[in-house]
Amino acid sequence: MSKVIVVTSGKGGVGKTTSSAAFAAGLAAKGHKTAVIDFDVGLRNLDLIMGVERRVVYDFVNVINGEATLKQALIKDKRVDNLYILPASQTRDKDALNKEGVESVINELKEDGFDYIVCDSPAGIERGAFMALYFADEAIIVTNPEVSSVRDSDRILGILQSRSKKAEEGGTIKEHLLITRYSPNRVEGGDMLSMDDIVEILSIPLIGVIPESGAVLQASNSGNPVILDTESTAGQAYSDVVDRFLGEEVALRFIDAEVEKKGFFKKLFG
Amino acid sequence: MGLFSFFKTEKKKDTASLAKERLQILIAHEHSDKNKKSPDYLPKLQEEILEVIRKYVHVDEDDVNVNVEKGDDFDVLELNITLPEEDK
Repeated sequence: MSKVIVVTSGKGGVGKTTSSAAFAAGLAAKGHKTAVIDFDVGLRNLDLIMGVERRVVYDFVNVINGEATLKQALIKDKRVDNLYILPASQTRDKDALNKEGVESVINELKEDGFDYIVCDSPAGIERGAFMALYFADEAIIVTNPEVSSVRDSDRILGILQSRSKKAEEGGTIKEHLLITRYSPNRVEGGDMLSMDDIVEILSIPLIGVIPESGAVLQASNSGNPVILDTESTAGQAYSDVVDRFLGEEVALRFIDAEVEKKGFFKKLFG
Repeated sequence: MGLFSFFKTEKKKDTASLAKERLQILIAHEHSDKNKKSPDYLPKLQEEILEVIRKYVHVDEDDVNVNVEKGDDFDVLELNITLPEEDK
């Protein structure tokens, strides 16, 4: 039985695409046949984050419009077996996505034996974001420890609970909170909302906390999902997220403040 | 403690708890707004009522107030019209 998972947030720039890439790569590395779809029509970036930008021939909208087959548009990842990427269209307008088209692509992926279909949502609450979440069975809400991100996450939760297909049929989407760009030191210093605060405000179960890490930018610079950087804290934290999603019990890591090593000038002027 | 930390304002402490407090209030408010969402016909109703009244007296747009209040068993349509002074 395949599952559709939307990675969404409302707010832009919080790490949806980074998380989608890492999560999908992690699921595939665990042996599950996984497709990750970029729903950001007009502003595609998943291909770049996953390092397949030069291999894009056909895209999601081509498939919906019948200009290419799904097989032609899916890009098979060269690093991880079982991982396939369906890029968004770069040029067309956002109305290119419609329920019927999206549903037919998702159904075809299910028929092709995909275990997981990860939908990378665009920012906002417009058509693209709506299409990305409409067919979801589960949702990963990516949130930064910052007021506007938390508020937008709450808004998107409201939409998941009222306008998704599951909701329309009287069911519920299983929700997971993923906190990214977390700085334990700043939380300790009282400058940043703690993970407990965010969980309390949004009241949905936490699936993971990704620490602020230079490895994320390095990974996107080089077009590798950060989960493949097994040395990095962010990579390891994403790996834990995948394990938890698959039902394992894994303790949270990288959530405690470290003793800061202050330099001489920082001591003096800090 | 740095040498100059003495000059830093001490009142700038723990903005995170301020953030949490603001979010909790805001989100509670937004949720209650959603539940009390007024029916879609309200603006149109207000407009038409205004038109009818204007056949007889001149009132400004702000002088007509239409509200729906939700009770447990029934909803109340509340209509508030402020007439101009000279007509009283």
